[in-house]
Amino acid sequence: MRYLYFVLSFLFSISLCLILDTRLLLPAPLGKLLSPQHGIWQNAESVTEDFSANFNFEGLEGKADVFFDDRMVPHIFAERENDAYFIQGFLHAKFRLWQMEFQTLAAAGRASEVVGEIALNHDREFRRLGMVYAAENSLKEIESDSKTKSVCDAYTSGVNAYISTLTNSTLPLEYKLLGYMPEKWNNLKTSLFLKYMSYDLSAYENDFEMTNAKNYFEKNDFDLLFPLMQDSLRPIVSSSTVFSPAKVLPKAPPFADSLYFNFLKQVTEAEEIYKPDPANGSNNWAVAPKKTRAGAPILCNDPHLGLNLPSLWYEMQISVPSFNVYGVSFPGAPSVIIGFNDSCAFGFTNGGRDVRDYYEIKFKDKTKSEYWFDNKWIPTTRRVERIKIAGKPDFIDTVAYTQFGPVMYDNSFSGKYINSGKNYAVRWTAHDKSNELKLFYLLDRSQNYNDYLEAIKYLKTPGQNCVFACKNGDIAIRAQGKFPAKWKGQGDFIMPGFDNSYAWQGMIPEEETPFEHNPSSGFVSSANQRPVDSTYPYYLGREYPMYRGFYLNRALSSMQGVTVRNMMSLQMSNYDAFAEMAVPIILKNLNQSQLNKNEFGYFQELQSWKFNTEANSIGATIFDITWKKFYNNVFNDEYTDASKETLRPFQSTLLEAVLKDSNYKFIDNIFTDSVENLRQIITQSFRNATVECMKLEMENRIAWGRYRNTQISNLLKLPSFSKKDLFVGGGENALNAMKSDHGPSWRMIVNLTPVTEAYGIYPGGQSGNPGSRYYDNCIDNWSKGKYYQLWMMKVYEQNDLRVLHKMHFEGI
Amino acid sequence: MKFLVSVLITILLSFGACLYLPWWSIALVAFIVSVLIPQKAWISFISGFVSLFLLWYFLSFWISANNENILAHRISLLFLKSDSPYYLILLTAFIGAIVAGFSALSGSLFRFTFLNKKLKD
Repeated sequence: MRYLYFVLSFLFSISLCLILDTRLLLPAPLGKLLSPQHGIWQNAESVTEDFSANFNFEGLEGKADVFFDDRMVPHIFAERENDAYFIQGFLHAKFRLWQMEFQTLAAAGRASEVVGEIALNHDREFRRLGMVYAAENSLKEIESDSKTKSVCDAYTSGVNAYISTLTNSTLPLEYKLLGYMPEKWNNLKTSLFLKYMSYDLSAYENDFEMTNAKNYFEKNDFDLLFPLMQDSLRPIVSSSTVFSPAKVLPKAPPFADSLYFNFLKQVTEAEEIYKPDPANGSNNWAVAPKKTRAGAPILCNDPHLGLNLPSLWYEMQISVPSFNVYGVSFPGAPSVIIGFNDSCAFGFTNGGRDVRDYYEIKFKDKTKSEYWFDNKWIPTTRRVERIKIAGKPDFIDTVAYTQFGPVMYDNSFSGKYINSGKNYAVRWTAHDKSNELKLFYLLDRSQNYNDYLEAIKYLKTPGQNCVFACKNGDIAIRAQGKFPAKWKGQGDFIMPGFDNSYAWQGMIPEEETPFEHNPSSGFVSSANQRPVDSTYPYYLGREYPMYRGFYLNRALSSMQGVTVRNMMSLQMSNYDAFAEMAVPIILKNLNQSQLNKNEFGYFQELQSWKFNTEANSIGATIFDITWKKFYNNVFNDEYTDASKETLRPFQSTLLEAVLKDSNYKFIDNIFTDSVENLRQIITQSFRNATVECMKLEMENRIAWGRYRNTQISNLLKLPSFSKKDLFVGGGENALNAMKSDHGPSWRMIVNLTPVTEAYGIYPGGQSGNPGSRYYDNCIDNWSKGKYYQLWMMKVYEQNDLRVLHKMHFEGI
Repeated sequence: MKFLVSVLITILLSFGACLYLPWWSIALVAFIVSVLIPQKAWISFISGFVSLFLLWYFLSFWISANNENILAHRISLLFLKSDSPYYLILLTAFIGAIVAGFSALSGSLFRFTFLNKKLKD
């Protein structure tokens, strides 16, 4: 009996340990996770944590100090440049390791290793898009330049120096929760991170949806629905600019009219498409000294990106004898990306140009080893992708590479599409060799306009509108990047890939990049609008947001004696230029006699609305709902038989059309015998909208900030690690371009007075640790539209009260 | 007296062991302590249970207090689906306690089975 008692108790104890140490029975190893000396409690950082420390690492060449201010922004003072990048890597890892590794795993199509089969489709999509192939190509270029190679090497050593200090207890929280260990960093991961940004900013196109639309509509209707140019466009480069004739003259292939621009085919190419949010837009501008009160240029930038926790950005100052720069950096890559140094300031908005096209490929057989090109079978290069999946056997994917690029979709993979049985290769500029690190390397050191020009030449993909200002008074903007010179319509639809006739015929030469340098207007600006008007000799596609740019141009033109405070209110402006044009049309065409008392109340509300999308505005909500109903009432009948992924017109198309023509063809409902007019449709739409408004009002959600709702999601989508229900103003067409999960990810204003005066804020915090008070400490102020003064610290200020911690670094 | 001594020793050794060893070293400690300090089986269980309940309770309470419960708010929502740092601390203490309790019981039964011919009472 004694034995039995012992054996039972002993076995029970062992199984208890086993259950609590693994995920065999419980969803999480609760013993391991809750042990106060090992698990999650170790990540509960004391609110008075002292980050001061001395570090000795092999690889450091000199001495360096890092001073952390009261927002945990590090100010790195290093004797050697490479040490500064080493420390940048170390700090990125110390505060953001999990995030930077997770994002590079996702970029490499390796998310399944961590989160399991749920990410398999994502991983296949990314591998078949050639993300790793692209990162490898770029890395070759990065490593062939001795400067960027040594920067990258130092950065990697810094990340790994931090990783080598980790113990099971000090591991970042997410590794504990998900149960895996960080890998060593390498330069390829840095390159993958940059490709991830390229994906986010340049992988948006509508080729499949546009092809569906082409197949569905007649040519005349298509042209009405997807016009090339809009009247309200205020291009980045002033319309008075005279462009020299094109040096590259792309020609449409013969028979394109019948083979490519073949409308009304009634075939659906693809359904359900996965791609980055087109709202990755941004504003930037610079005002010349003659327009500012202080007589110094002011530069502003607010890139709108996905709002996440931990934040995409990590703020820092890097100071070495040869240069001194302050701004935000990407955890995952060396250098400061958006910021200012002792002479200049710089920022970016997305170019949004179509640099990703698809070609239909014909394979000889299922092995995909040969494809038809120039009337013969040509061998493909095959890349075998082994995808590891947590808790499951590996998945092997074979991707065929053609001369256009990888065949992303074929019989084995259709993404989320309904399989059309065809094969599509993708041609994307991000596959080509480029060294964007060199851009930031040079930009951080730039001292004048020429340095800026030299730096941004290295920007290929994603194409950006690069704004620049210098203390000597120069301001400039360039729509920089590597863009294919396309014939009109090229790449709007899926193209035949059976020979070279539809291939890109060349790139737009660097010297034909649209730019403005000290224009007479006294400012340069961009807000993702089309960079040039129709006189630019190259085809630039159809879809660009234009209302933020419209308002920005008007506001800046009217300003004189500009101050930093003016710039803050401009960045925070909730004024909606789209509504300014659209609301009068609604009001004018609304048949008031048909409205009941409730509806009339909403009408008055809309009438008194001043087009500001403030958080507590009711008019903004009424307008938004009314416009959506109106849009649907106009177009839904035409799209009844179209597949779900047939491109719908842009909102601007409908607005521009009804501004010009109250008898716009699509207003009539094709399913009724009578011919509806604008008045009927608008009245109908408004009445539909009021029903929804009443419902919202009962749920107390009619205020714009609650109706639109904004949240900052944790990268793992864990609700308690996210910031929900922010009550903030702004909207898609306001400069404060706040959407539900996208918005101004970094607001920066730099006044280039003799002593630079700069302000900035991002919605997050310097620490990626959800157990740190610095995880989300800036969100409240960001929501309120406040800014922090950015402190370009001098080395003699190390006893300043703002310095809370000091790290000292030295070699061994 | 024996009870207090064994509780104290278990607490100290568990804390020390966890500085270097995985979390389940608390089970080893509780087992060994109850092999070395003869007590009735159920008293051994309670001493192991109480030791780790106290240790993990105060450790997690202390850490969380210094953290102003920032992490405990988030994790309790994740694990317990309710925003209650205090329950998370209790759960922590209970997990340590139950593991140490049964290990101590096993230790006591081990002593009684293999080392001590005569069962005390």
